[in-house]
Amino acid sequence: MSIVPAKRKLRADIITLAHGSGGKAMRDLIEDVFVSGFDNEQLSQLEDQARFNLASLTAQGDRLAMTTDSYVVDPLFFPGGDIGKLAVTGTVNDLAVAGAKPLYLTCGMIIEEGFSVKNLRRIVTSMKATADAAGVAIVTGDTKVVHRGAVDKLFINTTGIGVIPLGVNITANRAQAGDIVIINGYVGDHGAAIVDARGEMELENTIETDCQTLNGLVETMLQSCPDIHCMRDATRGGIATVLNEFAESSSVGIILNETALPIRPEVRGMCEILGLDPLYLANEGKLVAVVPADHADEMLNVMQQHPVGIDSAIVGKVVSEPSGYVVLQTIFGGERIVDMLVGEQLPRIC
Amino acid sequence: MKYVDEFRDPIKAKALIDEIHALKDKIYRIYDKPLQLMEFCGGHTHTIFRYGVEQMLPDWIELVHGPGCPVCVLPMGRVDDCVTLAERPDVIFTTFGDAMRVPGSKKSLLQAKADGADIRMVYSPLDALALARKNPDRQVIFFALGFETTMPSTALTVLQAENEGIENFSLFCNHITTVPTIKAILDSPDMQIDGFLAPGHVSMVVGEKPFKFVAQTYDKPIVISGFEPLDILQSIWMVLKQRAEKRCEVENQYVRIVPAAGNPPGLNAINKVFELREFFEWRGLGSIDHSGVKMRGTYSRFDAECKFTVPNIKIADPKSCQCGEVLKGVIRPWECKVFGSACTPETPMGALMVSTEGACAAYYNFGNLPKLLAKRQQKEQSNENKESAA
Repeated sequence: MSIVPAKRKLRADIITLAHGSGGKAMRDLIEDVFVSGFDNEQLSQLEDQARFNLASLTAQGDRLAMTTDSYVVDPLFFPGGDIGKLAVTGTVNDLAVAGAKPLYLTCGMIIEEGFSVKNLRRIVTSMKATADAAGVAIVTGDTKVVHRGAVDKLFINTTGIGVIPLGVNITANRAQAGDIVIINGYVGDHGAAIVDARGEMELENTIETDCQTLNGLVETMLQSCPDIHCMRDATRGGIATVLNEFAESSSVGIILNETALPIRPEVRGMCEILGLDPLYLANEGKLVAVVPADHADEMLNVMQQHPVGIDSAIVGKVVSEPSGYVVLQTIFGGERIVDMLVGEQLPRIC
Repeated sequence: MKYVDEFRDPIKAKALIDEIHALKDKIYRIYDKPLQLMEFCGGHTHTIFRYGVEQMLPDWIELVHGPGCPVCVLPMGRVDDCVTLAERPDVIFTTFGDAMRVPGSKKSLLQAKADGADIRMVYSPLDALALARKNPDRQVIFFALGFETTMPSTALTVLQAENEGIENFSLFCNHITTVPTIKAILDSPDMQIDGFLAPGHVSMVVGEKPFKFVAQTYDKPIVISGFEPLDILQSIWMVLKQRAEKRCEVENQYVRIVPAAGNPPGLNAINKVFELREFFEWRGLGSIDHSGVKMRGTYSRFDAECKFTVPNIKIADPKSCQCGEVLKGVIRPWECKVFGSACTPETPMGALMVSTEGACAAYYNFGNLPKLLAKRQQKEQSNENKESAA
């Protein structure tokens, strides 16, 4: 008769340095919060690494895609999401916009001593739910606990691996004159939600983040048109930055139509008050795609049928000149260049 | 969006542009050059570039972007003073966001923050007062900046601090005034401006009267303008119409916000707390008499310049900078020798490259840079040719 060790339980209310020391307290934390929270076969082996069957990977495509991102958002919880949801969606989306099918994630957590175990569990639950919905598993991880003040509450790093199907070739340098620019919905929601959630503005409305995984949408898009030329998710720096990257890499101009840009009234309102430009606000569930013109209408139609693409819109087109520049045709009937930001956007005095 | 979209209507814009075109032949022009109109205020400059208003205008109108960006014209020495104050361990230094990036001689407030100074971005001076209430053992300094627009709110905050008996709150006062500065531009011998758009939000506080001298003494039409693109177009049309009808007066386009007499309670608060400085130093324009305010002696306990030691060292503008000439309309931003090369938004040398409201930064960010630089080269070439022909 084998003796099965009792499942370890974390009974503390707050995380202390002991939970990062490598001893029993750390095992309690890892097993009770992370292994049971992320709940999958790989992780429950408690090995130092996750292991993959190569044959099953190669059956799904001909290239691996890998990406990493760290999440340091403040506040940790905000309307429509939290740091955990963000840590999964962000990395899943970075894989998805290459046309890759995201499969596995890692999760590194750097926790400030004194952090609430209840909040940690809440974040892990949120990561698990988001990962399940996206069809990915969190298969290995790392935990560090640091002195008070060494990090702000909690930082998360996730690394992701996915497989790119044969024939898909999405890169920033493939935009051609005549191509069409499509976005899958309202811009700037996440950036505005974070400013709002910090509570400094005391706005009447609550703005929700757009934090959502895009791999399902991308799969549908690729079925409609495998030859998507460029695609990126417009996170920090907003859609302005992504479009500038396309224009520069492909040596083309991009004409953006301000009237066609989907922006929620509450996001616009906040930008008007603070003198911010929604084109530069962060998104966490928005992709910008450059597609051949003859596929654009069908692509738009397919995207609008998908739950995370209902508000998709054609917002611009690719031209040969001015090469390397993004030009906005303004609502007012004028034109201006949309450059990359120098630093972060700062509210204006008056 | 209500009260916004109405003022950005492209159909109305087209109608106004047609009206402006129609005025061309009626306008008496003495120079063989485009008519130069100055929008004084950085907020106007921002709108003009944000909506591409300038390219919509006919080529016989040239907009000159004035010095009305309080962040841009802040001299390096004052930024150094801010950094010195902010680096005191007992101080929480509070500031509006866009002042964070203005370069001092050694560092900006953003860099000082990275070096460990306790610098916090606020949206109103009342936020700074709230911090003072919450941190009675720290000294909270508010970096008071801006034209008459922001003066009433800082003045009222000081009065509130006095009422509540909050002693750990003070202002580092860098408020500047509009009228002496417009006058300095008008008095400049190489000034070429044919008409002005007056700052709408400053006027909301000071009213119409302070701008009368522009029309009466200097014979230049001046129109108080709002900040939406249609406001700007309508104001330009009103200035042109004055010229066509050979009138010179102060007109108010921004009637929905600006009462003729301004805001008397706001003016009272300003007069109670502030008095004119003999002169104030401007980045790009040099020293201008009576162009700034300081706190009155009765409020010296709320005056960071009295409470703490500030170095107050004057740092000269870099010689290669031509901000002054740009501000007076003598040259256009892209004609400056260092524009886009030594002076960029990442490493601004001159005032006008500092904030997005500055004319040079606006051209750099929103203009077609290669085209502008090619134009400058062309101009330099033709100047050289002219010289060698002579």
